[in-house]
Amino acid sequence: MFRFLFSPATQSARRSLRLAAHRAGAVWLGLLALGMGLGVLVTSNGLPWWLAPLLSGAVYAGSVEFLLVGMVVASAPLSAIALTTLLVNARHVFYGLSFPLQQVRGWGRKLYSIYALTDEAYVLIANLPQQAQTSRQMLWIQVGLHLSWMSGSVLGAWVGATWLNGVAGLDFVLTALFIVLAIDAYRARPDKTITLAAIGAGGAAAVLAGDAMLLLAMAAFVAFCLARHALAATPKKGQHHDH
Amino acid sequence: MTIDWHYVALAIGCAAAITFALRALPFAIRETIKDSPLLASLNAWMPLGVTVILVVYCLRMIDLHDTPLATAKLAGIAATVAVHLWRGNLFLSLFVGTGVCVALANGWLAGVL
Repeated sequence: MFRFLFSPATQSARRSLRLAAHRAGAVWLGLLALGMGLGVLVTSNGLPWWLAPLLSGAVYAGSVEFLLVGMVVASAPLSAIALTTLLVNARHVFYGLSFPLQQVRGWGRKLYSIYALTDEAYVLIANLPQQAQTSRQMLWIQVGLHLSWMSGSVLGAWVGATWLNGVAGLDFVLTALFIVLAIDAYRARPDKTITLAAIGAGGAAAVLAGDAMLLLAMAAFVAFCLARHALAATPKKGQHHDH
Repeated sequence: MTIDWHYVALAIGCAAAITFALRALPFAIRETIKDSPLLASLNAWMPLGVTVILVVYCLRMIDLHDTPLATAKLAGIAATVAVHLWRGNLFLSLFVGTGVCVALANGWLAGVL
């Protein structure tokens, strides 16, 4: 009766899951811990626990959810909620330009993949070697991130402000993730110009725009890419091969 | 506390719709530049660039006035980079790096050091 577990299709699905866990497992654990912070925030504001998975499942964009809890409790006008979401998440408008959505099979899955295109999903998937960007692998990574974040928020709402919430520095897992993936990306394609442009855009935006730096930095960086592309008359063949 | 569920549902729906629209928009733009060399350039340059920008963002968020936490994070960065250059294993690098940061930030190593 468990023969389906050994069918080739299931084995291949399990293999994809294993690969995804290898790639994103540490980030899944990290999001579980960070999601707890959101759950704690929901219940400590007097909101019912089930609002935590509803919020983390429906909106699914880390930092905005923390702001949303406070705004909902304060009965902020919908226009303010819309504007905040727009400003905080506007950086996502650039991710789709280079996200390998064409690899995802099926309309429903494509929609989900767009829906769940967070910072973490983008950096984990876009930095994968091309042959590893398969439909299954990409979806497992995204579903895993989403479920970890949602289950974390439920756990946090249930256990409240006890254990993990008192632990400082857990959010460092995302800093470490970006650093490690930046190292890997640079090794796979050592492009000093792009690295310096990104550091420049990030640094300048940090000085000019403060906490709202991400949108400005991403916009400036994409503008740089467009300019570089326009200036390079004809990109040499073979220059953009993948590893 | 009385909660206006109609309002909460609208607030969540509004934020979810805007987030999805922002994520979906570039795919529509990409359709128009499909198979162009520009798309190949963006595919080649953006993953590294975006990741580096997110690193800069995280570094900027380190509050240097909170000395113990800032020290823990800087030590965590050093550990992350060192372990990653040594073993090149994503899981291990994140685990050790975050472990060092959390242990230092919470004073768990105070008795050891």
